[in-house]
Parts: sequence; structure tokens; C-alpha cells
Amino acid sequence: MSITLEQTIAKQESTWVRRILKSQTFWVVVAIIVACPFLSWLSSAFLTDKTLFNITRTFTFVAIIALGMTFVIITGGIDLSVGSVLCLASMTLAVTMNAGYSLEIGVLVGLATGVAVGLFNGVLIAFLGFPPFVVTLGMLSIARSLAMVVSNNTVVFQFGPDHQRLLFLGGGSTFGIANPVFYMIVLALLTGFVLRWTRFGRHVIAIGGNEHAATLTGIPVRGVKVAVYVICSVAAAIAGIVQTGWLGSVTTNIGAGMELQVIAAAVIGGASLVGGAGTAIGALVGSALLEIIRNSLGLLGINAFWQGTFIGGAIIIAVAFERVQQLRTKD
Amino acid sequence: MPVLELRNISKHFGAIQAVNDVSLTIEPGEVVGLMGDNGAGKSTLVKMIAGNFNPTSGQILIDGQEVSLSHPVDARRNGVEIVYQDLALCNNLTAAENVFLGRELRRGVGPLSILDYNGMYKRAGELFADLKSETRPRDLIKQMSGGQRQAVAIARTMLSKAKVVLMDEPTAAISVRQVAEVLNHIKHLRDQGVAIVLISHRMPDVFTIGDRVIVLRRGRKVADKRIKDSSPEEVTGLITGAIEQV
Repeated sequence: MSITLEQTIAKQESTWVRRILKSQTFWVVVAIIVACPFLSWLSSAFLTDKTLFNITRTFTFVAIIALGMTFVIITGGIDLSVGSVLCLASMTLAVTMNAGYSLEIGVLVGLATGVAVGLFNGVLIAFLGFPPFVVTLGMLSIARSLAMVVSNNTVVFQFGPDHQRLLFLGGGSTFGIANPVFYMIVLALLTGFVLRWTRFGRHVIAIGGNEHAATLTGIPVRGVKVAVYVICSVAAAIAGIVQTGWLGSVTTNIGAGMELQVIAAAVIGGASLVGGAGTAIGALVGSALLEIIRNSLGLLGINAFWQGTFIGGAIIIAVAFERVQQLRTKD
Repeated sequence: MPVLELRNISKHFGAIQAVNDVSLTIEPGEVVGLMGDNGAGKSTLVKMIAGNFNPTSGQILIDGQEVSLSHPVDARRNGVEIVYQDLALCNNLTAAENVFLGRELRRGVGPLSILDYNGMYKRAGELFADLKSETRPRDLIKQMSGGQRQAVAIARTMLSKAKVVLMDEPTAAISVRQVAEVLNHIKHLRDQGVAIVLISHRMPDVFTIGDRVIVLRRGRKVADKRIKDSSPEEVTGLITGAIEQV
């Protein structure tokens, strides 16, 4: 009985090591580290520059959106419209620049598209109480259709006077790092900072934990919810703008089916679909693992038709892990 | 001077008279048990003090000043805090984060300021020590016992130097063993000069820590007695209507 109350209160139960061992993100990183040598042993093509280049390229765009999606998923919501929003933002950027406007104006138009879509989703969900699934499913259809309307369903590959600058924005490199990777790292640092070190970030996590409690303690729950949908749509718009520069052309089918990869990436990285948990680093490693799986299937000579099965299976397995943990804490 | 005074408070919902002409006063450092059967008007009365409902007629005075509490934020600004029955805690956050939820501490300047976790952990630890509760600020709520969760919810009210704390059935959802712990928290809160309104169904709670008991029946105040002048039997009679009024 020599332990005082103050000592008990000051005692820290969970150490760093234990916390890391419990995090899903850590085990995904382990999976990546284990998978890479194994895959390079199975296929000599795996650890080549070309493959790694392919992987980083595709995974970057998924990861950028997954960062935004992480905010939405933490609040307990979902955004199915990101693939279509990516397409719509690319198309508004492309059409604007094609009409002779500068890169700056084009990028602003693209980002504004993201903000507008996010506001629409967010207001319907937060203020009118629509289920996120329904609203964003509707937007999935609306945004892609609008992209077709804007472009008259043509392929845009002429971007006016700033054509070369747009190609550099998406395809060039800064300080020796490919630009999309550079943007991804900056956005991931920003996301991590906001979630951990700002009031807004805490409020996002609190809403996912107990929305009713968050309301009672005076958190502006509706405003925060609108903000997370705007963040998610803007992330999709950023990915769209960068991808346009990378590809050098825009068609109305880019980003099709991407929502599933993005959600899978966030969930594999430890974001909880019931809300309350998720990290920036998780979104990145989730995207990376997903892309490595996808790419290695091809290298291992497995028919591409199987890809969807693996991605879908990965989502279900990630959620299964979450369920097991929930059941364990209940006991 | 009473810290909280209600003068002839009534509340109608259409034709239903939920609270009818209730007056009461509460002094600082006093624990008042508010009792009554379901539908007696306890929650309606408390919701008016908490700023959830506007009274149809009557006045609410805090520290002798008439106040208009038309929103929970107004109530909080006037020093009225509530501990909800479900405690309103986020399971996925730590004890300290819950204490400071919505009023997070920050350090730095202006837009560059960031959350001050060390400050929050330290202050939350001090509050738990004041409550004599073995609650660790860095533990997640989901790992905690019912008594510790109550301590977190009560610590939240201490953060703002509340004058009046309304507690809605604080012992309803916890094990018998932890009831004593929670009642102790309430005592420590009272010792700091806070007036406490304890809404409870449990006669032993009110008779253990209450100074006074107020009984409502069908929206009317039927008793307002010092605990030492009353008995559980009398209060039961008042709640059920076996005793008309005292």
C-alpha cells in the first residue's frame, strides 16, 4: 500500500512497443517487407526499376485519395464518389486549359469542382441526415455523367498554352522525387499533422467514437462532417489534376472503380469502417500493399480477372481483423 | 445567497403540464436529491436548467441574477454543467482527451498553435487526484471501469469551475461495488463548493450523500426536506402518492 494515488495516476499502462505491436498498420508494413524479397525471388521482374516505377505511379493516386477518405471513414462515413470526382475534376481542368486558360486557372477550376462536390455531399449528409452511402452513390453516377457532358465524351489531350507546365506538374520531378510522390508525401504529412495536432482532427476522431457525445460536448458536429467530405473530394480532385499531367490526356473513364481500391487501402491501413480509427500512414501503407498485391499477381502470371477477387478479399479480411479485435475487447 | 434559484417554473407541452409552478433554491456546496417516479417531471425540470428547454413561465436565477438559458451553451457559460446518464464519452479517446473534448488546450500562437497533450494529461491527472480516483489520463475509455468513466465525466465539469452540476442517474448503470466510488467522487466535488443536483431512483444514494431531497409528482413539487428530517419510507410515500404532500 505504499503506492500513492498520484503515482497510480501517473503510471503509463501501454508502452510504445506494445502500442506498435497492436497496430494494424505495423503488421501491414511487416507484410510489405516480407512480400518484397519473396516476390523478387519468385519473379525476376519484380525488383526492377520499371516495376517499382509502375507500382509507385498507380499507388500514389490511390494513396492521395485514401488520405482524404481516411477523414471520412474516421467519422464513420463513406465516400463512394471519389473515382467519378477524380474524373470530373480532371475533365474540368482539361476543358478549361483546352479553352486557352492558364494552368493556375485550370487547377483552381479543378479544385473548385472538388469543393463543390464535397459541399453537396457533406450538406446532404450532415444537415439533411441522408445516409452517406446513398448520397455518394448518387454522386458516383452524377459526377461521371457531368464529366461526359463537359467534354462531350471526347478525349482531351491538348491543354492550351500551358500544356508543358501541366505535363511537368504531373510527370516531372522535384528534388529527384517524381512529382506525384512528392505531393503524396506532403499531403500525408499534412493529414498526419491535422489528425494528431489540431482540434479539428480530435473532433473528427471524437465524432467517429461517439457522435452523440461529441454533440453534447459542444463540438460543431455538422460543420466537421461537411468539412471531411470536402477534404475527401478535394483529395480526389488533386489526384485527378496530377494524374492528368502524368497521363497527358483525359478520358471519361479514368478513375472508374477507383473508390473500391481507395476504401480498401484505407481499411487495410487500419481505418475502421464503424468509425473512430484511422491514420495517414495507414492510408499510405494500405495503398502500397494493395498495389504490390495487384502488381505481383500479374508478374506471377495469374490471370488479371482475379484482381477484383483479391482486392475484395483484402477488404473483407481487414474488416475481419477488426471484428476479432472488437470481440476480444468485449470479453 | 443561493447559487441556483427557480421561481414558479412551469413547462407545458401542448395540453400536457410537465412541470407545474416549481420553485426551489440550492446553496453552494449542497447536494440535493431530485426524486420522483417516471414522468414526474424530473427530466423536464433538469433540461430547463441545462438549457435544453425554455420554461413556459417562471424565472431561473444563478447567483441572484436572472438568466435566460435557451441553449446548452448558455447554461455552460453560466456555470451549469451536466453529467449525462450515458456520460457522453468517446470510447476511442483517452481519459484526458475526453475531459478536454470541445475545450482542448493548445500551445503556440494563433493559427500555428497545436494541441498541448502534456498540459492536458497533467491537468486531467490533477483533477483525478482531486476526485481521489485511480484514473490514468492516458488510458482509453474503453479500458475503464464504470467508476473510472464517471470520474472522467465528473472531471469534465470541474474543468470549467462549474457552480452547479446536474447529475442524471450517476449510479444507474454501474456495479454495486462501484457505487461507493462514484458517491465519493460526488462528495469530493461538493467539497469544492459545487452545488449538485442528483437525479436518482436509488434511495440509498440520496440518503447517503444528499443534504436535502426534493420530490416531484405529476409535475408539482410535493416535498423539499432536509435529509435528516426525512426517511426513505416517507420519500417513497411521496413519490407514489401515498403521502399527499409535506
